[in-house]
Amino acid sequence: MPEAPAIAVDRLVKRYKTGTAVDGISFAVAAGSVTGLLGGNGAGKTTTIAMIMGLVMPTSGTVRVLGAAMPDERYRVLHRMNFQSPYVEMPLRLTVRQNLAVFAQLYGVDDVARRIGRLAEDLDLVDLLDRPTGKLSAGQKTRVALAKALLNRPALMLLDEPTASLDPDTADWVRTRLEDYRRATGATILLASHNMAEVERLCDRVIMMKRGRIEDDDTPAALLARYGRDTLEEVFLDVARGRAEAGPRPADETRQAESDARTESAPHEAAR
Amino acid sequence: MSHGGEWTISGARVGALVRRYWYLLRSSWPRLLDLVYWPAVQMLMWGFLQTYMAQADGTLARTGATFLGAVLLWDILFRGQIGFSISFLEEMWSRNLANLMMSPLRPVEFVAALMIMSVIRLAIGIVPVSLMAIAFFGFNLWGMGLALVAFFVNLILTSWAVGLFTAGVLLRNGLGAENLAWTLMFLLLPLTCVYYPVAALPGWLQTVAWTLPPTYVFEGMRALMLDHVFRADLMAWALGLNLVLITGAAVAFLALLRSARHQGSLLQMGE
Repeated sequence: MPEAPAIAVDRLVKRYKTGTAVDGISFAVAAGSVTGLLGGNGAGKTTTIAMIMGLVMPTSGTVRVLGAAMPDERYRVLHRMNFQSPYVEMPLRLTVRQNLAVFAQLYGVDDVARRIGRLAEDLDLVDLLDRPTGKLSAGQKTRVALAKALLNRPALMLLDEPTASLDPDTADWVRTRLEDYRRATGATILLASHNMAEVERLCDRVIMMKRGRIEDDDTPAALLARYGRDTLEEVFLDVARGRAEAGPRPADETRQAESDARTESAPHEAAR
Repeated sequence: MSHGGEWTISGARVGALVRRYWYLLRSSWPRLLDLVYWPAVQMLMWGFLQTYMAQADGTLARTGATFLGAVLLWDILFRGQIGFSISFLEEMWSRNLANLMMSPLRPVEFVAALMIMSVIRLAIGIVPVSLMAIAFFGFNLWGMGLALVAFFVNLILTSWAVGLFTAGVLLRNGLGAENLAWTLMFLLLPLTCVYYPVAALPGWLQTVAWTLPPTYVFEGMRALMLDHVFRADLMAWALGLNLVLITGAAVAFLALLRSARHQGSLLQMGE
């Protein structure tokens, strides 16, 4: 019997007075996978993640996370999830250690001091632990936010643009830590991002959204092949701008291209 | 730790949040000073006015004799609500609310932590100011004894009810509604007859005043200070009305929270 998906979204709709943010999307995220949610501004990524977290109520449709119906059963699973977003901050006057201790207690983490010490070593935060969070640079704050997201060893991480406004070095560093965590724990990661290089590197699968709908959904390699492009950025632009001439190729041509792409990507996958 | 339903209460989670507010308070001397500064200024002003009016004869002197008691009890009501609301606002100002709402913290635990913090902040402000009142004017709030406990319980319940309702409005409408947190309680200042007897109001307004729990407390305070009588009946009425008020505030808070989840307001906590 196949393992139940970590996330199952079925005909999900979110309408606001100003318009429809999410328009009847369905998808399932396999346990242990890294899935990218791509789309331009206003595509519905953040609203989708917020509904998965139980922060926003759907207008219709259902979301199941780790087997729990959201948002009604969210307290069954919130302690097994965590999230990170550059648009949500931690109290700036508290030191890093204080912030992490508060969240560790909220998530019911055992042996808080040891867990914080371990994460501080892993994420190179040892020297920052007793500094006020507000005094940190953007990159340091991102590392602290990542530490917060990892505190409870989540089975499911939802990341909303985890490397936004970071320099390439710090962004690469964060991606490496996410890969390490996933490899070590088998956690599921759902990642909303505008950074195509990040998505290509981290994700097993990409869901492309536009105006609240899913425009495409496949592995990065298959998408590249289908759109006949060299980078996901080009695919993203094709989808975002609705370029008819760059749309998916005919089925037989696509199958051949996907087969080629799988062959090409195999060494890359092995290296990961 | 329990991972039960929406109404499960974990002392650890409540403690975590109280700890967060305590860290914040401890880290900022202006925040600590603010807790004492304004109550002290008010106490001094009303204290000197009371001293001046004591030199007059008749009703005026009798009314003035309760000013210090009134201002200190008003502070319990007002500072109790402000303590609740500021702790809540701290989460919005620091853009931390989504972190909390996506954590296992239950709304009931959040509210419990805000209530505890309102009492802690109140104690930091009112204890030194009440001692100053003894030193400057020989007025001993603590001399009210058990009556003070009854006054305190009723006033703090009202302050929590107003704080809870305000928090719901803030969740639903964002920081655009922040002024409500600072000013809503002042609506009760004239209506609950803090500094004068209910009889001073026009008849129809007296009816309104008697629907508000603090009115019973301030009348009870005057009965205690002027006639040396503890009016248990007034306290029982206040308690009954407070239970209605706090139940209404809790229902409103949950409805506004639900509405905020529908409207997506928890995602956009700005103005």
